[in-house]
Amino acid sequence: MKNLKIVLGFAFIAVSFAVNAQDNAGLKLPNGFKATLFANGIGSARHIAITPNGVLFAKLMYPNKGGNSIIRMEDKNNDGIADEVSGWGKYGGTGIFIKGKNLYATSDNDVFMYQLNDKDEVENTASPKTIVKGLIARNQHASKSITLDGQGNIYVNIGAYSNACQEKDRMPGSKGMMPCPILDSAGGIWKFDGQKENQVYGDGKRYATGLRNVVGLDWNKQTNSLFVMQHGRDQLNSFYPTLYNDAQNAELPAETMYEMHEGDNAGWPYIYYDPYQKKKILSPEYGGDGKKEGGENAIDPTVFFPAHMAPNALLFYTGNQFPEKYKNGAFIAFHGSWNRAPLPQEGYFVAFVPFKNGKPSGAWEIFANGFSGLTGEDKVTNPRKAKARPCGLAQGPDGSLYVSDDSNGSIFKISYSK
Amino acid sequence: MHYIKFLAVFFLIVGIKTNLSAQDLLKGKKIYETRCLVCHQADGGGVPNMNAPLDGASNVVGKDIARMVRIIKKGYNEKVALDGFYYSNAMTANPDLSDEDIANVLTYIRGSWSNKAGKVSLAQVKAAKSKSH
Repeated sequence: MKNLKIVLGFAFIAVSFAVNAQDNAGLKLPNGFKATLFANGIGSARHIAITPNGVLFAKLMYPNKGGNSIIRMEDKNNDGIADEVSGWGKYGGTGIFIKGKNLYATSDNDVFMYQLNDKDEVENTASPKTIVKGLIARNQHASKSITLDGQGNIYVNIGAYSNACQEKDRMPGSKGMMPCPILDSAGGIWKFDGQKENQVYGDGKRYATGLRNVVGLDWNKQTNSLFVMQHGRDQLNSFYPTLYNDAQNAELPAETMYEMHEGDNAGWPYIYYDPYQKKKILSPEYGGDGKKEGGENAIDPTVFFPAHMAPNALLFYTGNQFPEKYKNGAFIAFHGSWNRAPLPQEGYFVAFVPFKNGKPSGAWEIFANGFSGLTGEDKVTNPRKAKARPCGLAQGPDGSLYVSDDSNGSIFKISYSK
Repeated sequence: MHYIKFLAVFFLIVGIKTNLSAQDLLKGKKIYETRCLVCHQADGGGVPNMNAPLDGASNVVGKDIARMVRIIKKGYNEKVALDGFYYSNAMTANPDLSDEDIANVLTYIRGSWSNKAGKVSLAQVKAAKSKSH
């Protein structure tokens, strides 16, 4: 009897493993792709970064139960599941990036740099170098995302602490400020030296402006330029019910991808991008009526997506593991919407846009779905019910794609085999 | 006979009372749907890290009615710490809502989803307003 129990127990464990492997950690993926739950319950995992040896680091929005806000994960037996998990750091934040042996991590005000040893461990976790300090963080859009180019420069998003630069933020009838004073010190991407310590605003340069908030950004090595994903404005119908109904608000404005060269302006807060008219439309706070165009000096998006889906990560795929169509294309992690209510929410997936010679070469598509765990009638009607919300992306040395989730602290590893 | 009369009057009062509060709830629900739902969501759950939840929130079912009246009326633009989490989004002011509207929507919020807190009366809203001036 006892033996039978043990045998049954083992059988059960074996079956659970098989089911777990078969169900791709709950994700829906294109044919030939598989996913494993690389890590789970590590905390509010925002962005992730990986070393050439495959050691993964995650930045947490809050310190987790163990009191750590930077998590190191290593899969020593190479089974797709991290077997060594450790951490440090008391400050919450979003940004993390690895360049050579430098590990960058951000709080909402600062950029820090740690040194990795030859085992990709950080020995001196208590005293990182402060690269940038004193950046504006005023509740809204306070997180700092980072990326580096090939020249040793670091690009930092400084989000606008406002929805549409009204005199009184998110107040019905309050006019847009002209010019928008927020743009002096936020609402754009700032460029700093990647090595120099204790830099402040004056040491950096406003690289690109007119961006309400960017969480996902990546340096495209093929075009040698910066690409960003903007979070579009909210609440057109709440403030202008005579111009926009609930259904229009759910679809306006588009979430947009921009290629930003030095000095470029994406137009916030004066305009938003309408995906149906395919035009830059004057914001109602600045006299717009849903039709009047604006933003003569603003650039057009490279790609646009449905509204409010909250693109939180962007990654240009340079690996060799995935099929040819994915090479140099863009993966985008959509955290998932809230401002489409009372209509059902959208996003909560990873999308893909094929690129050829640095330009989009086809329509965007959903690459990985099922993160929310909600389908059919249970389709996400409330973000808090979503099991997982995609937030960060990283490409492993073998070409696998890692996706982080800041809801339950899961890391998914997506791989392809013929 | 007296006994029956008494009962009839009693049920009338109770009936009217229940009826009234059901109507208040309905009015409150309507205000919730047009003003609050877009951020606080249909189930009052809010949006993690952005818009504070109302369902199960300690200070929503708590005793500080004046604070809630003030927030609805004047909006809120501070980082809210609530039950161990922070919420970063700014809340819209509703200067055009009447005291009755505020009482109704608060009654709805405090008595919906898993919330079981008591009704907010017009008198409580008026008292709260005089305090905040």
